[in-house]
Amino acid sequence: MKISEMEREEYVLPGNTACHGCPSTVALRTVLKALDGNAVLVIPACCTSVYMGPFPNSAIKVPVFNTAFASAAATASGIKASFELQGRDTEVVVWAGDGGTYDIGLQALSGAAERGEDIIFICYNNEMYSNTGVQRSGATPYGAWTTTTWKGKREHKKDVSELMLAHGIPYVATASIGYLRDLYEKVRTAKQIRGFRYIEILAPCPPGWRFPMDKTIQMGKLAVESGMWVLFESVRGRLRFTGISKSIAEGRRKMKNLEEYLLAQGRFSHLKPEDVEEIRRFVLKKWERLAMFVEGEVDAAVAKFYV
Amino acid sequence: MYDVKYEVRILTGNETAAYAAMNSEVRVVAAYPITPATPVVETISRLVEDGKMRAKFIMVESEHSAMAACIGASAAGSRTFTATSSHGLAYMHEMLHWAANARTPIVMAVANRAIGPGWNIWADLGDSLSQRDTGWMQLYCSHNQEIYDTIAMAYRLAENKRILLPAMVCYDGFTLSHTSMPVELTEFVDFLPDYEPVWMLDTEKPFTHGNILPPEEFAELRHNIQKSHDRALRLMEKIEEEFYEIYRRRTPLILEEYKVEDAEKVIVTMGAIGSEAKVAADSLREKKVKVGVVRLKSFRPFPEKHVKKLLEDKKVFVFDRAISPGSGGQLYQELKAALSSTPVKRLSPRVVGIGGIDVTKRTFEKALFERKIWVKEVVS
Repeated sequence: MKISEMEREEYVLPGNTACHGCPSTVALRTVLKALDGNAVLVIPACCTSVYMGPFPNSAIKVPVFNTAFASAAATASGIKASFELQGRDTEVVVWAGDGGTYDIGLQALSGAAERGEDIIFICYNNEMYSNTGVQRSGATPYGAWTTTTWKGKREHKKDVSELMLAHGIPYVATASIGYLRDLYEKVRTAKQIRGFRYIEILAPCPPGWRFPMDKTIQMGKLAVESGMWVLFESVRGRLRFTGISKSIAEGRRKMKNLEEYLLAQGRFSHLKPEDVEEIRRFVLKKWERLAMFVEGEVDAAVAKFYV
Repeated sequence: MYDVKYEVRILTGNETAAYAAMNSEVRVVAAYPITPATPVVETISRLVEDGKMRAKFIMVESEHSAMAACIGASAAGSRTFTATSSHGLAYMHEMLHWAANARTPIVMAVANRAIGPGWNIWADLGDSLSQRDTGWMQLYCSHNQEIYDTIAMAYRLAENKRILLPAMVCYDGFTLSHTSMPVELTEFVDFLPDYEPVWMLDTEKPFTHGNILPPEEFAELRHNIQKSHDRALRLMEKIEEEFYEIYRRRTPLILEEYKVEDAEKVIVTMGAIGSEAKVAADSLREKKVKVGVVRLKSFRPFPEKHVKKLLEDKKVFVFDRAISPGSGGQLYQELKAALSSTPVKRLSPRVVGIGGIDVTKRTFEKALFERKIWVKEVVS
């Protein structure tokens, strides 16, 4: 699909209060275009609650319902139930950060996924609590500096996209701010499917990750090129890698050096060589795990993802 | 004259609440089980599965989510109901604030129960009273018919365009929730019109709900909620009359008074023990002690003027089935403030029935003549 074929209407308006270089606005703009604006957004506490702008204004042109931090998926379930009874086919979409997905929002997310609620849950993952000023979350990677891990986080991140695969829901996908057409197409695919759908977008945050604000998109690409972030899509249990991750998995492309990605970010500037090795081991394991989901395309035992 | 269709059935308080939700044409129910409110959820689930109740029933994974889903459903334009108790209500706390500030007219049945530890599943009004500042209206029932009527009346109140606030319909756990009584299951078609939301989420008319609210606007929002509570008190009188016109049942929304006019001592209380207080009053009157009862139905909004008018020159005994440690019974605190012109010595606090201790007519008799605040045993 060409960019020129994307929906022209804008649903995220200029004049919003996001930071310069914010990945979330770019991602939301793309998502709402892919949904043709026929959506109600449910937004728990996150950066978007702020950058949508203060009452009585709003930078978002579709109906938005703000809800408490822990309860996005549950609120969306209620809205959808109401719409179904009224015979309205409006898509109900949760737009949450990683705090509202990985941590405080996980119970409601898991419950809604298990119930098979007919909603799309989108996590824009910037790997920390950025709205409150960069604290660690369950999505923060090993070694990363935050204001609650001053010497670097000592634990690896968990992975909610894999957790959603385990829920057996009809659609799970990952995306990156570096590849907006891929994101657009995944939202389009999700729209064609009924039931609980989960999409997670890597959203590199310049002030939180400590990199220049004109490098957001590049950082999103580098994350995928270095194998640190994996693009995939699982439709009714059939998982396939997409984009550059697919080329990497099929051996048609070598991963970029992990250091190139890590050292471009101030949050990793203190890493020692053994920390980088620890991250490398973790990333490789993730690839092998994901490869096991893919039938026929990749043989995990012989896959050589790294140079 | 109204031609009201009804049937009388023997129902527990919980079943009554479920049937009231069904006949109030509730469209979305999101709930989570907790003793002693669980049978409300079970009954509704059965009514929906059997096709008797045209509603979506969402069995969520927590009470926090139950209230969140109710708020969402209400914001999307449907009449919404849930039921809970005790720890469940405490777990909802954040969303109770959200429901009030969001102006979603949800009605919730609360089977009052103590909060642990230690685990105590019995009646105690402390669970809902500790939610008194959330902005919800709170109505306390004393028998099953009242539960049935009050749920429909609560929707009339909550959904009024000038009120738009959620309401709790509270009843003592087990004492009412699990006790069977005859209940007239009247239809509410003449009383409760179809829900017409004042606002709802709609892609045709997009707006953003609940975004950042600057201080002045936030003060306006909270002030408006207070004003709605004031209006609710006035509307309650009208709804009581209208309900009586149609159903010939005197179901109070503000308060019930019993032999107060000539009384020398007045018992003020709430909930199921209000019925027992009337028995005690009759018994004491046989012994030539002139006792009256004021059973408060509406705790939020608090009917300050009404109690002042009734009690200003009486000797008042306030019976709380809850305690706010560090101060005293919540009802006592409120009355002390409402009757600030009354000499304090004419206002006596009593704390009874905590953690489900049975409150008998002799409990009242004993407490009226002894100077102790606490009654911690069953007086038989």
